[in-house]
Amino acid sequence: MKVKETAKVLESSNLAQGVYSLRLSTTAAKYAVPGQFINIFSKDGSKLLPRPISICEIDKEQSALRVVFRVVGAGTEEFSKLVAGDEITVMGPLGNGFPLEGEKSVVVGGGIGVPPMLQLAKELPGTVVAVMGYRNDDMFLTEEFTDVASDFIIATDDGSVGVHGTVVDAMKENDLQADVIYACGPKPMLRGVAEYAEEKGIKCYVSMEERMACGVGACLGCVCQSTDVDDHSHVHNKRVCKDGPVFLSTEVEL
Amino acid sequence: MNTKVTIAGVEFQNPIMEASGTFGSGMEYSEFVDLNQLGAVVTKGVANVPWPGNPTPRIAEVRSGMLNAIGLQNPGVEVFCERDLKFLEHYKDTNVVVNVCGHSAEEYIEVVKRLATESRVDMLEINISCPNVKEGGIAFGQDPKAVEEITRLVKTHAKQPIIMKLSPNVTDIKVMAKAAEAGGADAISLINTLTGMKIDVERQSFVLANKTGGMSGPAVHPIAVRMVYECANTVKIPIIGMGGVCTWEDAVEMMLAGATAVSVGTANFFNPTATTDILAGIKDYMIRKNIEDINSIIGVVQ
Repeated sequence: MKVKETAKVLESSNLAQGVYSLRLSTTAAKYAVPGQFINIFSKDGSKLLPRPISICEIDKEQSALRVVFRVVGAGTEEFSKLVAGDEITVMGPLGNGFPLEGEKSVVVGGGIGVPPMLQLAKELPGTVVAVMGYRNDDMFLTEEFTDVASDFIIATDDGSVGVHGTVVDAMKENDLQADVIYACGPKPMLRGVAEYAEEKGIKCYVSMEERMACGVGACLGCVCQSTDVDDHSHVHNKRVCKDGPVFLSTEVEL
Repeated sequence: MNTKVTIAGVEFQNPIMEASGTFGSGMEYSEFVDLNQLGAVVTKGVANVPWPGNPTPRIAEVRSGMLNAIGLQNPGVEVFCERDLKFLEHYKDTNVVVNVCGHSAEEYIEVVKRLATESRVDMLEINISCPNVKEGGIAFGQDPKAVEEITRLVKTHAKQPIIMKLSPNVTDIKVMAKAAEAGGADAISLINTLTGMKIDVERQSFVLANKTGGMSGPAVHPIAVRMVYECANTVKIPIIGMGGVCTWEDAVEMMLAGATAVSVGTANFFNPTATTDILAGIKDYMIRKNIEDINSIIGVVQ
């Protein structure tokens, strides 16, 4: 079930340079699962297309969603200025979430791929090792991961905190074992995580990103290359918004 | 109050449909819109075989509009008939207009022949104007001789009435409208998207993998109104107007300019209920203006 409605901003904060958090009161929370996203609409009529933003936390009791996003353009800039009490149009939840199947899981996030891993880490059964990568010590959501994960490993590009290098370097350094690895982040990172998983024979889910228009699978704007023939167009193009954003790493070309 | 319009003998319960490529076959939007309320569902272009479309990025936002370069990704006519037309069987009140694409006359004809026996198909819209496909597509739509020829060929094989979808990327769209009429088109639809380009100044590269894309959205609406007006005053066959229609005012404008029906495209992406919202607005307008029959406003602005 998807809703399009006006959501109320319950809380807003700046977590790191250019990274913002919004807690939104929306009935979309009732239907949301970890790994899904919502479309947020600009109030500026000249910016037509919604901005797809991953769900960071789901509060079913209060019917609220938390989103954490980076300012990358005028749309996200506008959202970063929202304060408690403001209203904003949202649509969702959209896409498919992460299957909650790991008994011993590793959740991996890089940059703005970190936020969706938080709700996932909370809901996964069994032990969860979180591996999050940042540029430097200007980090975000670290307290939350410390609380919910059995073990929390940080990697930074400049080595200021944790492992000096990428999340994949951190996984190798700790020789992480798991039944399932879940990852969200830039494509080179996903490729690295998928290779690690393949070498170790671990099942791996990745969350993909692509420029979108409709967000519901109609426009075919956001396809990614799939290894098998897709169900929609019978070519090798899965729709990130509708068939994804979560895919098995072996299901898509990374 | 009468909202029924007739195009080439096919009756539509109202003049509002959605524009091909923005609505799939209605499946994805059926969660938001009762498809039975629409004048027609106009499907995404369908070819003789599956087409993979263009590489990504395929989408770019521009001020008050967007560019797309999907490249007519589609599952081919067989899957379309088995899955999409079967799905549309559940919506008896709405008409089905199937958009047909091809790289060559033979490919268009193959699709049209396959659709000939499909009773759920009320009309065919022949896409000779996609700016994102090099062979076929727009190559037909920019040459009046080719427009007339492909219209005539398709018409020979089509069992349903045909709508030729025209490109605005021409010097004079009236010439193309006349060519379609001369070739035996039952109706024309316009406008397809305008070819545009967006450059990422930081990366100093094209935003779209295809370099160019078709521009749509409210920014193109005045161009579309002008072209509908010009064509309405040039040909006798009915016109389906489209291009940046977002509100009921935009739709009424199209009809006043000479369109018998109106398609809603890009607006679906930011307002999934754009079609039914527009329809409700038109009905209010008719009440307020004492308009008994929607047909009475078609082309009245001269």
